[in-house]
Amino acid sequence: MAPRSDNSKRLNELRMKHGRPPAGPNEPKAAKAEPTLREQQPRFRGLESGHRACQGCGEALAARLVMESAGPDVMVANATGCLEVFSTPWPQTAWRVPWIHSLFENASAVASGMEAAMKAKGKNTKVLSFGGDGATYDIGFQSLSGMLERHHNVLYVTYDNEAYMNTGIQRSSSTPHAASTTTSPVGAERMGKRHLKKDLLSIVAAHHIPYAASASVAYPADLQRKVRYAMGVEGPTFLVIHSPCPLGWRHDSALTVEIARRAVECGLFPLVELERGALTNIMPIRDPRPVAEYLKLQGRFAHLFKKNDYRAAEELDHLQALADHNIAIYGLRGEGTDPVDTTGVAQVRRGGPLAGRN
Amino acid sequence: MATGEAVVQIAPNPAIALKRGAEALAGAEEPEEPIMIEYRIHGRGGQGSVAAAYLLAAAAFEAGFTCQAFPAFGAERRGAPVMAFVRIDEKPITLRSQVRSPDFMIVQDDTLLLDPNLTAGLNPEGAMLVNSRKPASEFKKSKTRVIAFPATELAVEVIGRPIPNTALLAAFLALTEHVPQKALAAALKGRFAGPVLEKNLELIAKAADTVEKGAWKEKAHA
Amino acid sequence: MREALEGSQAIARAISLCKPDVVAAYPITPQTHIVENLSKLVADGNLHTEFVSVESEFSAASVVLGAAAAGARAYTASASQGILLMSEVMYNISGMRIPLVMTIANRAVGAPLNIWNDQSDTMAVRDAGWIQLHCISNQEAVDTTIQAFRLAQETELPVAVNMDGFVLTHTMEVIDVPAQAEVDKYLPPFEFSRKLDPANPVSMGTLVDPNWFSEVRHSHHAAMVKALPKIEEIDKAFAKVFGRASGGLLTVEGDKKAKVAILAMGSVVGTMMAGQDEFKDEVGSARIVKLRAFRPFPAKALRDALKGVEKLVVIDRAISPGLGGVLGTEVSAVLSTMDNGPKVYNYALGLGGRDIQASMYKDLLKAIENPKAPRFAIFDADLKKLPPEDR
Repeated sequence: MAPRSDNSKRLNELRMKHGRPPAGPNEPKAAKAEPTLREQQPRFRGLESGHRACQGCGEALAARLVMESAGPDVMVANATGCLEVFSTPWPQTAWRVPWIHSLFENASAVASGMEAAMKAKGKNTKVLSFGGDGATYDIGFQSLSGMLERHHNVLYVTYDNEAYMNTGIQRSSSTPHAASTTTSPVGAERMGKRHLKKDLLSIVAAHHIPYAASASVAYPADLQRKVRYAMGVEGPTFLVIHSPCPLGWRHDSALTVEIARRAVECGLFPLVELERGALTNIMPIRDPRPVAEYLKLQGRFAHLFKKNDYRAAEELDHLQALADHNIAIYGLRGEGTDPVDTTGVAQVRRGGPLAGRN
Repeated sequence: MATGEAVVQIAPNPAIALKRGAEALAGAEEPEEPIMIEYRIHGRGGQGSVAAAYLLAAAAFEAGFTCQAFPAFGAERRGAPVMAFVRIDEKPITLRSQVRSPDFMIVQDDTLLLDPNLTAGLNPEGAMLVNSRKPASEFKKSKTRVIAFPATELAVEVIGRPIPNTALLAAFLALTEHVPQKALAAALKGRFAGPVLEKNLELIAKAADTVEKGAWKEKAHA
Repeated sequence: MREALEGSQAIARAISLCKPDVVAAYPITPQTHIVENLSKLVADGNLHTEFVSVESEFSAASVVLGAAAAGARAYTASASQGILLMSEVMYNISGMRIPLVMTIANRAVGAPLNIWNDQSDTMAVRDAGWIQLHCISNQEAVDTTIQAFRLAQETELPVAVNMDGFVLTHTMEVIDVPAQAEVDKYLPPFEFSRKLDPANPVSMGTLVDPNWFSEVRHSHHAAMVKALPKIEEIDKAFAKVFGRASGGLLTVEGDKKAKVAILAMGSVVGTMMAGQDEFKDEVGSARIVKLRAFRPFPAKALRDALKGVEKLVVIDRAISPGLGGVLGTEVSAVLSTMDNGPKVYNYALGLGGRDIQASMYKDLLKAIENPKAPRFAIFDADLKKLPPEDR
């Protein structure tokens, strides 16, 4: 037998780390290493690392956070999109839970069927349905509405990166006003997308489902609390997670969380919770930022900062007005300091349990 | 739906006996293989023409025949002309075409006969039962026998609703004796229950009494 | 037990006997009565299933996909435009090799709008990778439906049971409805080897690149080919329990030695048989080939059935505009490897519900006596109704 190299020792370490026993009795048993702090954390990784998402992918981060909170007794129906493509290039998969992808527009219906199967079999496994904004706001809108109306016990999570990123950054009905995409490009006649971002959360809430909320990758504790809450609800629940896309939004990969935070802080992406159609909770904004501080970090809004272009100023004002409107209608401007406002959640309670409902 | 057990209770098989009887009258020693009887029911949407076809087939089944009943389905609404077809035989029926030359016709609404083509293809040896208060002579255009019978009035009187189909069917079966009334009652029991069934049973008994029993029994096959 | 039942009602009863865990369907004429009857069975407590009243056929197919993937026996039914709306999902169901059963109440596809029977809908999805079986009577439809559930789970392929809309679905006839105990004996509980299960997680429907796609397609094709003997085997097993078979891949009716043959699928076969009884003295007998399995296509069985036939009429209930008939073209293709194979006359009949009388048997056989008979025609089209430039 050839002498064992250091490689085999390393292999064994890796095996131990990933919970796989040594291959045979001749393999040396690695000394039990002290578990790292991270290994001690009792968290479930439904979506493993090593997948093919871009650096700084907001969707990958959001999906990992959702899976950690949802736990192992779930099954996922995933719509076509980046998440599906980067996590399952055959013959590999990053999923540690049963997972199925069928089509772009039918994740809600597939999830409905899975949930019906669980009901028929008397099982409690929770069904999750994942889709991007294209799969949710646009092409899968009908099947989503059907699933909500039929009251299936499914948590639907939409990873909102505000365009068709999988096919190369085409506008969706979730793309914000004035954003530049390959199908809403900037030109002599156009300042990016001409239309408004669809207010899907309100439409979903109008189904009077038990729980619908928005979350952001910039506020992981808040996001995970919302997932945990939704997991405990019997019936349809819905979560829209603002998930920056460095490629599509044209920003530095290191800025994903910062940009997501600014979207919340300026009021363009309000974090709210609705139960049976009524607003029941909001995340107050301690110090609302001007929208420009959010927009200027992203190439998709670069045309709004062109000097001496009256249209740029006009569109900036327009977006500021949209943010102000959100702040007004949801009452996002908090009074004084609040432990769960934008600053408090992010700075004081990061990673820890939150006050209030769990 | 009605059960197959009824077959045992209702015997023998009168329609086949009818045909064999007719053939025997014509001098045949051994009755030939029985021939399929074809029916066409005309009515207007809402009168229960399709239901009548299904009932006739179900009654035939109760009496031990094979049967086939289906509508000429249109995108029809209430009041529009509707057609339904029935075939009764002793052996399995493989033919799936519409009935173009019926042996018998039941017409649920006499205004349909304003169309002279309605009776096209009707076996001249056959017969037609019309739901009408008018005399049969109004509808008799050829030597084919016609009987008119005010089934709607009878239905209103007995069940309180202007739905003539069961009354017509009962009268028709009384005239032809293709299927015994008991089989029709059994078929009704498979379809209705409670007071509706009671009323309909009363209606078919009355309707059967209104016409001359066995008047069309001697019909010979073409 | 023998009962007089409407075809749709009988199918609902057959489905109920197979104890599906999940049923999802969207109403469409002429499938509606199936869904209505199933709903009633559920409402009356006679069928314990998760009945999902979806908002479209697209979702109906998606729901049964998800349900079967999660380990449930699943069933749906549709027709016509509904099948076309489902078609994207149908490819997905078979591509993931998910076993489930669908009834197709065959109907024409618009435009123009036509709710009546032909087989354009099922032909539109002939390449979707489903097993497609055709029935000539409601008894066959009932029996084939029960067989389909077993076939689906033994082959891990979806099965579409075709029955002619109205002509079968709306026809009341005498049907021997199998007893529950016998169906339980014949049809084992549903098991799906690759089901979604948190205890043993799998990923289904992943991204497959060019390095693997051809192999995936090959395995699907191979599974379909292997399903050919399975279809026969399962029909034989059915006959053992219930005393009657549904015709395996195909059967030859009529005169098995005749040099002229008629090949067809669905209820028109019955009409041709009746036509032969009525007109054989006038135009002679024919071999009537009743094709039950359209996918997988029983090429060898077909060549065997047509040995010695000189002229073959293939009745098509659908056309491929610009080519001709669909079934006829496929039959011609598989006969091309036959020595002294028959001359094929491909005639489309009864499109959009046009009535096919028994006399059609005679008309067809007379037509092909003419040496100049066209090899393809919409046989019963009255060209005089059309402007000259369209004839």
